[in-house]
Amino acid sequence: MTTKSRNLSIKQRGLTNFEAIMWIFTRLSALAIYGLILVGLIGALMMGAREQMNFADVMRWAFMPNVTHVQSTDLQDLNPWMSPFWKLTASALLLVATAHGVHGLVVIADDYIAGAGGRKFVRFLSVIMMVSLMGMGLWLIWTS
Amino acid sequence: MGLKREVGLSAGLRYKGPGGYLTYILHRIGGLGMAIFITVHILASFVGGRTGGFLNGMYENWAFQIFIFFCALFHAINGLRITILDLFPKLIEYQPEAIWIEWAVFLPLFGLSAFVILRTALGG
Repeated sequence: MTTKSRNLSIKQRGLTNFEAIMWIFTRLSALAIYGLILVGLIGALMMGAREQMNFADVMRWAFMPNVTHVQSTDLQDLNPWMSPFWKLTASALLLVATAHGVHGLVVIADDYIAGAGGRKFVRFLSVIMMVSLMGMGLWLIWTS
Repeated sequence: MGLKREVGLSAGLRYKGPGGYLTYILHRIGGLGMAIFITVHILASFVGGRTGGFLNGMYENWAFQIFIFFCALFHAINGLRITILDLFPKLIEYQPEAIWIEWAVFLPLFGLSAFVILRTALGG
């Protein structure tokens, strides 16, 4: 069987342009999101979630480890849930997921907007959206 | 440049490709759903007050929970399949099998969760 280009290893393909870099970023950030959610899940179980939270609350915490997501539970002490470690984890998850998601929107828009000017406008909008979402999210994480 | 498709909307909607077609469109719907509603959630939490509370109240509706959980779970499982196959390109030969495994993981997990969400919502 002849080797198709899609079967080439990542090194052989080369990561030379923006699209190729974002292609690998999307895959690696997906793995990072998996890892960060796993950290949140394990952390919640270590901090008393086994007895004081239901599974839906644990998942809500894992998807974004921000203290406002566990305020409605039976937890006795919320202090460990708002430590700098969790604020940093939540910030990392926010930044990685926002970049991943906004780039995904650009990929979808590119399927329908093919003109050079339109694509430039989509990229301009996406940068504004990404920066403002990251700013608002960081503010929410560090002030809650 | 420019789009030159000879396919109408109705023909496009009726198109049925192999397994990868369905996962492609569901991945896109899931990603779009999460992008829209997480953006709304961040904005609503940032604005706060009555408007923010109203928008965030959406997340307590069981129908919305089933929808957003479908988006998140399918996007996560399908994304893991794409990531694994793309980082190990030799595995792409087994894509149909990978898609079957994906459904075998997704359907029980989603079915069970949807059942629990519905039971909680309707059983009080």
